[in-house]
Amino acid sequence: MAKLTIVEAVKDALDCEMAKDERVIVLGEDVGVDGGVFRATDGLYKKYGKRRVIDTPLAESGIVGTSIAMAAAGLLPVAEIQFDGFTYPALDQLFSHAARLRNRSRGRYTVPLVVRFPFGGGIRALEHHNESPETYFTHTPGLKVVIPSNPYDAKGLLISAIRDPDPVIFMEPKRIYRAIRAEVPEKDYTVPLGKAAITREGTDVTLISYGAMVRECTKTADTLAAKGTSCEIIDVRTISPCDYETIYASIQKTGRAIIVHEAPLTLGFGAELAARIQENCLLSLKAPVLRVTGYDTPFPYFKLENEYLPSPERISSAVEKVMKF
Amino acid sequence: MERTINKFSVKYIQILDEKGNADKRLEPKLKPEQLKALYRWMVIERAFDATALALQREGRIGTYAQSTGEEATHVGSVFATAENDMVFPDYREHIAFIMKGAPIKNLFIHWGGSEDGMAIPDNAHIFPVCIPVGTQTLHGAGFAIANKLKKEKTATLTFVGDASTSTGDFHEGLNFAAVFNAPAVFIIRNNHWAISVPRVCTDLDWGGCQSRAETLAQKGIGYGMDCIQVDGNDVLAVYSATKQALEKARKGDGPTLIECVTYRITPHTTADDPTRYQDEKTLKAWMQKEPLKRFQLYLKRKKLWTEEWQRALEAEAKKLIDQAVKEAEAHKPKRDDIFSFVYAEMTPELERQKNG
Ligand SMILES: Cc1ncc(C[n+]2csc(CCOP(=O)(O)OP(=O)(O)O)c2C)c(N)n1
Ligand SMILES: [Mg+2]
Repeated sequence: MAKLTIVEAVKDALDCEMAKDERVIVLGEDVGVDGGVFRATDGLYKKYGKRRVIDTPLAESGIVGTSIAMAAAGLLPVAEIQFDGFTYPALDQLFSHAARLRNRSRGRYTVPLVVRFPFGGGIRALEHHNESPETYFTHTPGLKVVIPSNPYDAKGLLISAIRDPDPVIFMEPKRIYRAIRAEVPEKDYTVPLGKAAITREGTDVTLISYGAMVRECTKTADTLAAKGTSCEIIDVRTISPCDYETIYASIQKTGRAIIVHEAPLTLGFGAELAARIQENCLLSLKAPVLRVTGYDTPFPYFKLENEYLPSPERISSAVEKVMKF
Repeated sequence: MERTINKFSVKYIQILDEKGNADKRLEPKLKPEQLKALYRWMVIERAFDATALALQREGRIGTYAQSTGEEATHVGSVFATAENDMVFPDYREHIAFIMKGAPIKNLFIHWGGSEDGMAIPDNAHIFPVCIPVGTQTLHGAGFAIANKLKKEKTATLTFVGDASTSTGDFHEGLNFAAVFNAPAVFIIRNNHWAISVPRVCTDLDWGGCQSRAETLAQKGIGYGMDCIQVDGNDVLAVYSATKQALEKARKGDGPTLIECVTYRITPHTTADDPTRYQDEKTLKAWMQKEPLKRFQLYLKRKKLWTEEWQRALEAEAKKLIDQAVKEAEAHKPKRDDIFSFVYAEMTPELERQKNG
């Protein structure tokens, strides 16, 4: 088995699916000759040619809008948006069409499309290159939202996303694109959409997160373990549809829940989880459900990004709070 | 029946050839001080770029977009603006900020990773760096429409890259400017590349390029807008075309689209590796056409350039820039300012988050 990074696992997934099914095509800005600005499509242009690995003009609405119809026409497009902040020009196509074509045509037209992009902060990037827009997509019925946190899941989830009959927003945590190397099987395999993973078992408190924040939770749990607090960590993996059952079961065990994400607090995915947890686990709760998130501000330029991003320190102090409650 | 109901053409102008010879009929009437000022700005822009690149290499600023090779397009056009004409830049026209009156240190603060760098003085008529490409076209149009409604005799100058002309906002911006006959001028910096995607199509059957149009200037025609293509490495051509367009705009005679043809002789940004996609020979050929050399030859012929003056200019630029770097690096952004500028008045919730 090869040891791959997340970005290599993404490429590997694309490669597997392209080799297997010629309906799969990749398109976007600089994905072809250049292999993508993060090299997520590196080598695919050489291998599959310009008709399947397509450098498009610079227009996100154009990329997504045409991909929707290519999907409806029977292809399986995997569109890359270069950065999180540049999904915004494509929102109209995603919200108004990708998410609704199936419903609008009562199943006659469907959109088996994947839109993948790097997201989140922590890489000293420019403005609009640090966004965590998962709430917008999750709030839009008809879209699925998938966020891996490690190489194995990245490959398996992306393959599932490509095979899924509905539009999937696939958000890749760019901060840890190359931070972790892990064993990834060479052949194709799937990690099912809609299933959370317990990445660490514990008894005192459940830390729920996704993407790059899973690693921050793990660091926190390591530190706290030495001090005698046992954290269970849930990697949500698919925000929509979300595997609430795994989350409830964990909280019924620990009685405490902390949700961690980079996106702003208000109406972030943590708000949905907190609401559901109190609806379903009220009597198991020993403390209020807390959220450690970005602030309700634009993501700051990089000199201050570490003030904004949830850190092990901020997560630890939330854990302390619920433990003391 | 069949007849031609319309025909179009696009004018191209070059005033200085690559050897610095001027076309006398087109040469703008600029005073010696003005010609020297144009050159001075170009020297400052190049020096700024070299310093910024060096700082990036040392990790003292973040990802940076170089401007070397595009000086004539940036300087020639901004030099043509009146003080109150508002400029709408993207991310490559660093000198536009300086020419419009922003302290140089602000640029280093900005590229060094702080919004504080875009807190420029009120009398500097320029919008902040705009990264989502093409979007600023609508702002250039909208501001001009407002100027018109307010009966102000000022115009706007908006920059977009060649690839940005593929965005929807670019087209909407041109159309709005045209239908409102707005006092707006749009500069396309055609440097031939998006990041790795070329401006020109070689495969006429399957993408991989930005536009099949023979010129980008002609995109204005579809909106009923005057358009022109100029040699973007010829500072006099850029200046003249922009000057005329701005005057026309201020007189109420509508917007203009100016395509400046230049070449990106640097990587796209410091994060880019152009050897993956760029042809060395074309790059070398374009390097020969770079804008400073040719203007220098022109000034020399006019007896306005000496080696001594060049040295003095470079020394002046270095001093200004070194001082700016020092000031920028002394600047420490404040955590509270993550919250301070989101609304006119901080909401109680933001106050809580700030203190929490
Ligand atoms: C809407 C949007 N999509 C993608 C990007 C990422 N990106 C930054 S610059 C660039 C290429 C722009 O090319 P061009 O407009 O020709 O300007 P240049 O960089 O060549 O000056 C791309 C794709 C962006 N900034 N904005
Ligand atoms: Mg360009």
